[in-house]
Amino acid sequence: MYGNAYIDPNETPEILQGEDPVLLAEFEARIQAGEKIEPQDWMPREYRKQLIRMIEQHAHSEIIGALPEGTWITRAPGFRRKLALMAKVQDEVGHAQLLYSAAETLGKSREAMINDLITGKSKYSNVFNYPAITWADSAIIAWLIDAGAIVNQLANSKGSYGPYCRALERICYEESFHLKYGHDNVVHLATGTPKQRQMVQEALTRWWPPIMHFFGPSDKISVHSEILMRWKVKMASNDDMRQQYLDMYVPKIWDLDLVLPDPNLKKNKETGKWEFTEPDWEEFKRVINGNGPCNAERLAVRRMAEEKGRWVRRAILGDNAKYTVPLA
Amino acid sequence: MIESLDPRITRANIEADSAIDPLTPLDQFQTFEVFHQKKRGQQHVHVGIVHAPNPEMALLYAKEQYSRRGQTSNLWVVPTSCVTATEYFDDDIFSTTEEKIYRDPGTYKVIDRIKAYKERKAQTQS
Repeated sequence: MYGNAYIDPNETPEILQGEDPVLLAEFEARIQAGEKIEPQDWMPREYRKQLIRMIEQHAHSEIIGALPEGTWITRAPGFRRKLALMAKVQDEVGHAQLLYSAAETLGKSREAMINDLITGKSKYSNVFNYPAITWADSAIIAWLIDAGAIVNQLANSKGSYGPYCRALERICYEESFHLKYGHDNVVHLATGTPKQRQMVQEALTRWWPPIMHFFGPSDKISVHSEILMRWKVKMASNDDMRQQYLDMYVPKIWDLDLVLPDPNLKKNKETGKWEFTEPDWEEFKRVINGNGPCNAERLAVRRMAEEKGRWVRRAILGDNAKYTVPLA
Repeated sequence: MIESLDPRITRANIEADSAIDPLTPLDQFQTFEVFHQKKRGQQHVHVGIVHAPNPEMALLYAKEQYSRRGQTSNLWVVPTSCVTATEYFDDDIFSTTEEKIYRDPGTYKVIDRIKAYKERKAQTQS
């Protein structure tokens, strides 16, 4: 589960400087023709750089995203829900591994990516810096955060980089279980006792601002973003994905008589667009830069896992181990 | 110490700002290419990679990663370093295949000629 890659709008690199025009034309023609780029192909530096950043952030989001939901494994209500939640959390970790593999084909090692995660150099989806306070929070995450991830991942699975598309196809297939599981949990609470309804309503109220942040701020239209769209690295604008998400899920939320904490949220019948109170982007920036309620805990847990497992990994590493970049 | 909503994390007594030494090369092992056979009788199909220190553990991880759902009858793992592949920039070596129509059964049109032969024969006999 994952939001959109965070591209710094202030960054204006000399994107195409020094690229071979013939190779660049061939590369762009291939993408235009709907063909995929494979790891061994020539690609512009900026294509490689943005894909590494995007796929790596996505991988980190999966592995950190397992933590807020993992909080509830020991206290899941009932054995079936415990099994399902363990399966979901295992899927998220599996997705991280698929994505790290896709990023590795571009030349950044998994060790380097993990180092950048645990030192705070790389970002991950901002939503996971918020806590899952009750079981109902885990239900809202499984339904509405995974739903957002699916919107994003389905778009990206039609991108141009072969290994990323292949990983996303497998991921989307598994996410459909997460969505059903989450919806089932929310419906169970929303159609239950007054106490259960209150729990799920409170969780929804807590999660709505992070959900509105999920796809990121409106894209600044720039040469940079246009090139990334042309290269099928970025597949849809943040605003378009947010609109699509609201279209799909707000009616389903209202259907359960749950209240969204935004009095201005409504679909404009004339424009066909959703209108809402502008999310607090200062809060978004504050949290993505390390000052959210759970940033420190999330990274500390990752560091502990890496550190405590290190001697085991070293002990089982064979003498003749040699790293080769994966082929696909 | 981290006070978490997750009791397991609280029990682990983790320092909040515990810097660790960076991971060094091969900390995450080498990679193995994984091939998955759905049912007996079908081909093994490449599905992705796993990181593992040896083939036995690679199989274990491959099972966890690639057989969580649906059917599986068999898995192979092969060290990535053992794979030899063609180069994408050389893919024109495959480009003449379509021209070799004599390898294509659909390009053999015997029925037409048999029909013509039979018509000719019928004419000479009448």
